[in-house]
Amino acid sequence: MTTPVLLFSLFAIGAIASAVLTITRRNPVAAAMSLVGHFFMLTGLYLTLNAQFVAAVQVLVYAGAIMVLVVFVIMLLNVGNEQHLSEKPGMRKTVGTLLAVLFAAQIIGVTTARPTGMTALPDSSVAIGTTEAIGQSLFTTYLFPFEAVSILLLAALIGSVILAKRQLS
Amino acid sequence: MMPALFQVLPLVVIWLALGAVGIVIQAYVRNTKLVFGYYLGTLALTAILAVVTAGAKGTMFSGMITTGGYANFFDVLFCSAGILSMIAARPYLQRLDGELDEFYTLLVSAVTGMMLMAHSNHMLVTFIGVELMSISFYVMSGFLRSDIRSVEAALKYFLLGAFASGFLVYGMALIYGATGSLEFGAIGSAVVSDALRFPVLFAIGATLLVIGFCFKIAAFPFHQWAPDVYEGAPTAVTAFMSTGGKAAAFSALIPIASVVMAGDSVVTGQMQLMVAIVSAVTMLVGNISAIAQSNVKRMLAYSSIAHAGYMLMGIVNGTTSGSEAIVFYATAYTFMQIGAFVIVGILEREEGGHLQLDDYAGLGKRQPVLAALMSIFLFSLAGIPPLGGFFGKYLLFVSAIDAGFTWLTIVAVASSVISVWFYLGLVVKMYFTEPSGDTSESPSGIAAITLAVSTVAVIALGIVPGWITSVIRSWPPMLTP
Repeated sequence: MTTPVLLFSLFAIGAIASAVLTITRRNPVAAAMSLVGHFFMLTGLYLTLNAQFVAAVQVLVYAGAIMVLVVFVIMLLNVGNEQHLSEKPGMRKTVGTLLAVLFAAQIIGVTTARPTGMTALPDSSVAIGTTEAIGQSLFTTYLFPFEAVSILLLAALIGSVILAKRQLS
Repeated sequence: MMPALFQVLPLVVIWLALGAVGIVIQAYVRNTKLVFGYYLGTLALTAILAVVTAGAKGTMFSGMITTGGYANFFDVLFCSAGILSMIAARPYLQRLDGELDEFYTLLVSAVTGMMLMAHSNHMLVTFIGVELMSISFYVMSGFLRSDIRSVEAALKYFLLGAFASGFLVYGMALIYGATGSLEFGAIGSAVVSDALRFPVLFAIGATLLVIGFCFKIAAFPFHQWAPDVYEGAPTAVTAFMSTGGKAAAFSALIPIASVVMAGDSVVTGQMQLMVAIVSAVTMLVGNISAIAQSNVKRMLAYSSIAHAGYMLMGIVNGTTSGSEAIVFYATAYTFMQIGAFVIVGILEREEGGHLQLDDYAGLGKRQPVLAALMSIFLFSLAGIPPLGGFFGKYLLFVSAIDAGFTWLTIVAVASSVISVWFYLGLVVKMYFTEPSGDTSESPSGIAAITLAVSTVAVIALGIVPGWITSVIRSWPPMLTP
């Protein structure tokens, strides 16, 4: 077993374990923390698949920003009493299970199918996911939209200050 | 390198003036008058540069934007609308105690977004332009922060607008999946050649895109937000977003339509029929709803929905005559609608008072000049010759007949007749009824400049339309290769 495969397997097992922990923990904070762990395991998976950029974004956006939001919501809602969270075996559970089964079937179908007339991807396509390749197209082909987004962010920044600030002189 | 940069000078200048320079100036100068003058100068300079660079046609930044031609014509139109609204907004906001330097920053950033839409040759740039314009509008419509109606308008506009942006971006993603490109030219050749690999995917994507744009121009069935937002927003903002915003959405639609609607494939035929139906229903719904309104701002909001329906007629077949008609109509509509809304703003009281039809009773005696100007704008909106609105409608009707959509023209004429009912109703109210209640008027201040310019423009567009159409023809749409 080569090192990348070994690492991939380790991260995969970690991802499954933390995902299971996320849905089985009764304590919401513990569940949220397991989700953070899950995101980090996914980051590891992306890295072994040569997608450094997606890995960095995964840490910044999901493990960083979105999880802070989740923890804030848990804090503000003050869900200390876990009794409230004990779900009734109703519609939600049935639909959830159904969706999970469908998703699993789809994944298995896609990975096991052998489409005819298709060859393996060339090695050069692996380079698409690297930060270098994305940076290069960002500052050449997509330079104009990239710069335009900065004005968009500026307008959003000014706007949110104007609308949210209590006292304006 | 130098001549290449010359082409994008209008965009670069407004960009620098808004971003790097504007922020530094506003950090040190806390003088509203200076900031107002600075941004007024920025828009004027941008408009002049757009005229100067109009002949430099081409694409730039790896085919992301087009320069020269009709995009520059729209630049001039957006800057003019921005300048007129800015001048009218200053006395209005001062009176309602809502003036802040940042209002002018946001107005110029909205103009920048519109210019991006007009110059776009790539869906990504279109989307960024739409968002830049919309975000500026969301904030501007909530600018009277102590007025509950203004805040409500901003929230409503923001939530629905964000939803519409979702449709827009998802539509673009599906079109990318179906055609393999986001560039207008490549999408167009993929559609027209009937060589689409995933026609269903493209049809869903195009439908979502049309839904997103229908929201932005307030066309049926996504027009419901417009009356509420236009009524609640500060009147000076309503004047700007109901004109510039609509013109900008059309400036982005024209290049897309000129490649997608021009062929004779199956997909093209379906798209043409869809747009024609949306256009017909939009003008009927807008005009019929406007009759029932007792609030002048709401009435004008519904009528602006109808005007979006008229302008859609020019999109239907994607021909040059259709786009020329839209450009002309957008120009005339911008001046007449800004003029009408500015007068409504002058007559308005705090907390949305004095906006009912009855408040306009006897205006002809109390304020003969304002009443006369309001009548000119209303006649032009109704499409009565010899004003700008009449000639715009004529061009649109002719282009729809040329495209083989005679039934659409019949619907348009019928709905124009319906619209005369409520436009003339307001004129009759102003001249043939006795004034009642509070009759004190506030001075118009520098908004008088806006009114004077708009009036001259509306009359000039009606009397010498040949001049402006020849200008439009000499700045033709940049056809993508």
